[in-house]
Amino acid sequence: MRSGLMNTRHLGTAGGHLVVWGYALIILGPMLWIFSNSFKRQIDILMGTTIAPFTLSNYEGIINSRQSQFLWNLFNSAVVAVSSTAAVLLIATLAAFTIIRLEPPRWITYLLLGWALIFHMLPTLTFVGSWYVMFSQLGLLGSYTALILTHIVHNLPMALFLMTGFVMNIPKELVQCARLDGCSYRQIFVHVIVPLSLGGMAAAGALAFIASWSDFAIALNLSNKETMTAPVAIATFAQEHQIRYGEMAAASVLSMVPALVFILFGQRFVVRGLLAGAMK
Amino acid sequence: MDRTVPSAVSSPAGHSGRGEARERTLELRTPDFKTTPLSRGRAGKTRSRNVSRANLYWKAGSLAPAVAILVALSIWPVFNLLHLSVSSVEWSGGEPVVEFVGLRNFVELFSDEPVYWAGVKNTIIFAVCAVTSQMVLGFAMALAVRRASKVGRGVLTAIFLMPIVIPPIVIGAMWRLMLGRDFGIVNFLLAIVGLGPVDWLGDARFALFSIILVDIWHWTPFVFLLMLAGLETLDQEVFEAARLDVVSRWQELRYVTIPLMLPTILITLAFRIILSFKVFDEIFLLTAGGPGTATEVINFSIYRVFFGQDRVGMGSAMSLLTLFAVALLIILANAVGRRRKNGRAAA
Repeated sequence: MRSGLMNTRHLGTAGGHLVVWGYALIILGPMLWIFSNSFKRQIDILMGTTIAPFTLSNYEGIINSRQSQFLWNLFNSAVVAVSSTAAVLLIATLAAFTIIRLEPPRWITYLLLGWALIFHMLPTLTFVGSWYVMFSQLGLLGSYTALILTHIVHNLPMALFLMTGFVMNIPKELVQCARLDGCSYRQIFVHVIVPLSLGGMAAAGALAFIASWSDFAIALNLSNKETMTAPVAIATFAQEHQIRYGEMAAASVLSMVPALVFILFGQRFVVRGLLAGAMK
Repeated sequence: MDRTVPSAVSSPAGHSGRGEARERTLELRTPDFKTTPLSRGRAGKTRSRNVSRANLYWKAGSLAPAVAILVALSIWPVFNLLHLSVSSVEWSGGEPVVEFVGLRNFVELFSDEPVYWAGVKNTIIFAVCAVTSQMVLGFAMALAVRRASKVGRGVLTAIFLMPIVIPPIVIGAMWRLMLGRDFGIVNFLLAIVGLGPVDWLGDARFALFSIILVDIWHWTPFVFLLMLAGLETLDQEVFEAARLDVVSRWQELRYVTIPLMLPTILITLAFRIILSFKVFDEIFLLTAGGPGTATEVINFSIYRVFFGQDRVGMGSAMSLLTLFAVALLIILANAVGRRRKNGRAAA
């Protein structure tokens, strides 16, 4: 009786594994399809040929042609993502330490975190129009400044929540000890908080970088031809009269690279950030 | 240790290095520690005042960047929208010329913008259907592998992370290739089992359904990872006790697992629905709101009115209305979640 029950349990678990691995295949399918299509000629894609002659022309086309400078788009994405991530991390860690350990007035904390929570969940598009008008009044439309600033504010709430969580995990006693030893707040931040929250900063930084790199809604409206980021460029391949599927696929594959690098080398941090962010 | 003594004595060490500071705390224990502050005299006092002033500056200065950027780029834009929504905006030479028109935009929005309201309907259908399916699928899969061995866990996590971290526009591109009517592999596979070609993205009957499917593909892995993590934090002793009572798998699920997970499930559900109102990128590339208004969502209406038709006033009115509606939902969900938490804490 008992062992029979255990057996069905095991069978059930095996079946569950089958389902989950099946879903993993469903995830991989479209990835492999776009990867393989990026090496096909446009005509083979349109004919729906599964196995087609191998060609690098799509990659050559997006990198080396007059209509598109995809390498430049990737560079723009990198500039915006790296600078906004660095700024977000600095701002969020500074604020998190003060909020958690230095007891600022209650109302400041409530307003700051409360508004950050709401702002984080509001549709980005409801703000983009207002940003567009603001930056065009300042004459900054299409500049890196506009993109970086908006990406900072877009990713700050998430980083703020993650960093307050991570700073809270640093024992209060350590901060008190440092105070006893006569450290100023600045010294405590530099010598205690930052070294101990490096792991948390890696998690928040990974998520902020991914969010900034992936952003489409903001960059679509605030960038111009010179500062166009990779996702916007991908959309332009799909918007011309003749959709350039091959080049769209090749550009997509190239812009997936950072995400895949994160998964390969920083999986720990990405998972940690995602789960900590969602549990709030 | 109490706070008063050290703060009075050790502050003179303010700017000195850590080693020296530690020496001084050791000094405290020697009998002559009471003479220490006195012998320091005036110099020590000013230095301690400097430190506390520096600390005050630090406290204010460390919050300033976060507050400044949130005020300038998230609170000010709301007031800006408020101003723009009662205006008519003309562009001349890249500069907006704003003219007050009263509530005309709002009157028009409620009486003469059927596309926006179609978008509201579609967004709600999209959010509820997609998120509910993701929750059911993700939770079921998490239950299935809960007692999994560690084998393959890293690989599985890596694969499940992929849709979450790649740019959404790439997901749009991917499915555009998969769902094409004449060349997509989905129709190719359907043809093998004898089903006719379906125009997934171009047929008004299927377009919204296709978008929902893509979103389920996109976010189920996230729910799965979240639920798996949640299940792993549950107290295992409860399950062992249940197993001693030879509770069946179904009973265990119904009476133990789901009640324990319910708060997590409900809060995740509410917030995922609210977050899925953000959908834009995939739709932009897959259907652009069409055919007709079949896949029109709120964000797309705002984008088109604001940037496609240059009707800044109307776009602002739409943004503002959406913003307040979603903010209200967030505050409601938060309040309900908090009450649940408090209720459980009191019980």
